[in-house]
Amino acid sequence: MTATLAIDVSELTKSFGTRKVVDKFSIQVPRGQVWGFLGPNGSGKTTTIRMLCGLLLPDSGTGTCLGYDIKSQASEIKRNVGYMTQKFSFYEDLSIRENLDFVARIYEMADRKRVVDQAIERLGLVERQQQLAGTLSGGWKQRLALAACILHRPQLLLLDEPTAGVDPQARREFWDEIHQLAAQGLTVLVSTHYMDEAERCDRIVYLAYGTVLARGTVAEVIEGSTLSTWIVTGSDVRTLAGELHGCEGIDQVSVFGVTLHVSGRDAEKLERAIAPFRARTEFTWEKSSPSLEDVFIHLMAPFRARLTG
Amino acid sequence: MLGVSFARIGAVFLKELIQMRRDRLTFGMIIGIPVLQLVLFGFAINSDPKHLPTAVNVQDPSVYSRTLVRALENSGYFRVTNIVKGEREGAALLASGSVAFVVTVPPEFSRELARGDRPQILIEADASDPAAAANAVAAVAQLPSTVFNRELTGALAPLRSTPPPFEIVVHRRYNPEGISSYNVVPGLIGVILTMTMVLITALAVTREVERGTMENLLAMPLKPFEVMAGKILPYIFMGYIQVTVVLVAARLLFGVPMLGSYFELSIALALFIAANLSIGFTISTIAANQLQAMQMTFFFFLPSILLSGFMFPFRGMPEWAQWIGSILPNTHFMRIVRGVMLKGSHLGDMVADLWPLAAFMLAAMTIALMRYRRTLD
Repeated sequence: MTATLAIDVSELTKSFGTRKVVDKFSIQVPRGQVWGFLGPNGSGKTTTIRMLCGLLLPDSGTGTCLGYDIKSQASEIKRNVGYMTQKFSFYEDLSIRENLDFVARIYEMADRKRVVDQAIERLGLVERQQQLAGTLSGGWKQRLALAACILHRPQLLLLDEPTAGVDPQARREFWDEIHQLAAQGLTVLVSTHYMDEAERCDRIVYLAYGTVLARGTVAEVIEGSTLSTWIVTGSDVRTLAGELHGCEGIDQVSVFGVTLHVSGRDAEKLERAIAPFRARTEFTWEKSSPSLEDVFIHLMAPFRARLTG
Repeated sequence: MLGVSFARIGAVFLKELIQMRRDRLTFGMIIGIPVLQLVLFGFAINSDPKHLPTAVNVQDPSVYSRTLVRALENSGYFRVTNIVKGEREGAALLASGSVAFVVTVPPEFSRELARGDRPQILIEADASDPAAAANAVAAVAQLPSTVFNRELTGALAPLRSTPPPFEIVVHRRYNPEGISSYNVVPGLIGVILTMTMVLITALAVTREVERGTMENLLAMPLKPFEVMAGKILPYIFMGYIQVTVVLVAARLLFGVPMLGSYFELSIALALFIAANLSIGFTISTIAANQLQAMQMTFFFFLPSILLSGFMFPFRGMPEWAQWIGSILPNTHFMRIVRGVMLKGSHLGDMVADLWPLAAFMLAAMTIALMRYRRTLD
């Protein structure tokens, strides 16, 4: 069982003070897959990842990471897991090579020099290896952090918003690397806010306020939402958006430049609601499947209502 | 004043107030440090120490020697703690620092006194701290002319005239000229080490927390002791470099003698440095940022200079202050370093000061290791 599952946890719960940050969280991640971890800020993604790699003790719940108990075998887990923190947490006042060398020493790697050389080469930073890590740009820092996290050849990689604030080109390269690593058998759990990144994952888990709201492949999550969406194209969709807002049967209206996404939980009610507007000639209406983002915002709606109401 | 907006000054002012209130520790220190200084300077420090422990070596028990000892005690400066037989015993007590004076009444004292031979009483003073001994020595100067007035009656009455019937000879041991730099310079080693060692370790760990690199350290298979040992070791070397600088300066610039062995001093140093580094490590597990670490270091540093016997004689302080002082590593190191350098003491003579150092180090290390966070909880 543990041979095929990289992460197998059930009912993990963690509170800080009186606030329950993670509530009965369970997942089973098979080895060699890339799983995306989505959810709004403060939804418990970082806390969950920290519990998985032994940085936080769960209040209750059980589970294993790579077959090691997350409560009692934290040191074995740390040895076999690569964890990349949300904030760059290597030494800005050490050079690229010195940082990698430090990590290699901590993991007591026998062929330290060769491993570090290879990592620098893979990064393409041979010429800049003496440069201080603090002088690197955001994208390069993330790539250095990734290189440092996989230096000890972990079997599981936990990445906490690795591409936040990184430009699209660097993000794409980062993801290409993640897939290369997965192809070599590494299991990856990555949290992100980017929908395009979510779509590159084998499975996604959507977490909000400590609870899993949706999980599965992207297609499964979209289908499971029972959300219907119409896309409206026209010259002045902004005005139309204002009129549609708050209509019975319409749950979401969002402007995307010259197009408008109009979504509702109930397909029939939605059609009835937009019927009068469809008569207008300046707009074209097209039934479409909702985007992942539409689905997530829809999933969040009950929580938002609870928070504001 | 053109363009200055009081509303904007008010905005910054308000923000500062809010931030100040949030940082409880800093706020506490703003109140705590003046209170600490007031208490230490106002109550603990007394540059005129009295009731100093004294050993008496009476080789001629008589009414004179009893009167003399009582007179010494009545002066307020001497407190007889040991009755010794023989010079060697007295010298050992003086060397270990358990007494500040040894008073010797020579054999045949009363007979010579009666004969009008003006015998001598010997007072050996531990002058390694000249300030501590000075007032006591001054107080005995008038004794010879008056102390035996009641005993010298009848036929002996003429002895009451000048010159006085006997002499008091004071030997300032270890620092005969009473040069204060002999006392201060070795003491500085302790003070400098206390400040830099505690501060540097406190900052070294707090910096990891502040920069967010702590999370990474914790995520790697590092044991708390490995982190502590790895962080402390470089600073032990740094401590030795500092000591070398002070020792060279002590010799070349101030001519402070080194009567003991450098090797024995360096053993005591290792213990003292490790004790200070452990305190720094403990501070770093409490402080949330580098500023707080610095303030807490200062809070530890203040009693370490004021109550350790560095600036003011230890025996001049009230009992509660001596009690606090006895916990501080600097107090014991101060005695060791002065003992080794000025008195040529060996570690064997210094056990009374070595074990409190070791105990302090062990306690601080245990607390530091217990408080060091293995997780982010």
